[in-house]
Amino acid sequence: MQDEPTPVEILGAVAAYLRDHVVPVTTGMVAFQARVAANAVDLVARQIAHGDGGEAERLRALLGRDGSLADLNAALAEGIANRVLDYAAPDVAQHLWAATLAKLAVDQPKYSGYLAALVEKDV
Amino acid sequence: MTATGLGDGLTALLPKLGGGALTGLTRLSGGATQEIWRFEAGGRALILRRAPGGDRVSGQTVGLEVEAALLAAAGAGGVPVPPVVHVLEPRDGLGHGFVMGFVAGETLGGRIVRAPPPGLAPQCGAVLARIHSIDPAGFPTLDRHSPAQLLDEWRALFRACDWPRPVFEAALCWLADRCPSPPAQPRLVHGDFRNGNLMIGPDGIRAVLDWELAHVGDPLEDLGWLCVNSWRFGRIDRPVGGFGTLDELLAGYGDGVDPAAVKWWEVFGTLRWGVMCAGMTAAFRSPDPGIERAMIARRTSETEIDLLRLIGDR
Repeated sequence: MQDEPTPVEILGAVAAYLRDHVVPVTTGMVAFQARVAANAVDLVARQIAHGDGGEAERLRALLGRDGSLADLNAALAEGIANRVLDYAAPDVAQHLWAATLAKLAVDQPKYSGYLAALVEKDV
Repeated sequence: MTATGLGDGLTALLPKLGGGALTGLTRLSGGATQEIWRFEAGGRALILRRAPGGDRVSGQTVGLEVEAALLAAAGAGGVPVPPVVHVLEPRDGLGHGFVMGFVAGETLGGRIVRAPPPGLAPQCGAVLARIHSIDPAGFPTLDRHSPAQLLDEWRALFRACDWPRPVFEAALCWLADRCPSPPAQPRLVHGDFRNGNLMIGPDGIRAVLDWELAHVGDPLEDLGWLCVNSWRFGRIDRPVGGFGTLDELLAGYGDGVDPAAVKWWEVFGTLRWGVMCAGMTAAFRSPDPGIERAMIARRTSETEIDLLRLIGDR
């Protein structure tokens, strides 16, 4: 077991340092890149905190087989492309929504389409 | 080339730019595939748009000489565009590019949606109708694709990323099941007409910029692209660029367009932007990584949620 503080705590400090101490004393491209870097650090921290959100388990149940997360996603993608699986069938559609909502929670939790989907799907 | 070397080249060019002294040469941010420089010649504000380093030309764009010709044809057709002042020639020693007049205004989409000028959506429709009435015969080097060919092309670009995306596969099925026939009369398509590429003033559109993705095909592609949620800058309730309704856009466009036909192109445009984002992963892993590229790649998922919302109701 690794010691404290946790990765998420350390990354939070890095993002705050970039925002509060680098951005204000720089200009132009450097300030812009520092802001982007802070956002990137926040994204990584969210991904660590969320894990895979149960995606692999749902895929195993949906596809009835085992494999890595990448393998299972490749199998689902291929099944949809070959029309072996119907993307609009309730179980497939439910998985696509859940997996995509989980991505947005990490990538862009403030994105308008994500916020609208949360309301529409009553999540 | 440094600003000094570029300045020497531009100084030699001054007689063709209306004369006077060269002042205020500055590189502008923005323009990921092209260099953009602002300067004054005899007090007149001008913009130089040229290939990176003068000579690196991207294979996916129309080429700067064609872009200059498109601007000239658009201007002649009543489309608001910056006036082309000079197209670089080999003897100018500045590489590929052109000099155009500077147009003042706002291009930042987030600011535009906060206070859009009145009537912007119908004006977009009217300007697009003018672009689509430009004779494409004058541009034989532009790509010409039917909707089915475009779909094949972007499916292949997506698959080349070699990363499984079940939502993209679902969207490709949806698009293939409803693919429009080739247009009876292929038109000039701007290819990147969106909030962010329009120079906006209090009076509306002052200039349509960034013609480098122009091609010939179904003109409804431009209408659908303008509706992609990624250019609404949070104003998801205003489908046209975050500032207007589809009815307003179509009223300005005329020609009795079927909204369902525009939706196909909105879905296609959302997928196209998603594939562009996904392609940033390869660019990020190149010898020239940038954190911004990684973050654009992670915007791919925004198109996945938009695609699900668009195709969810079948």
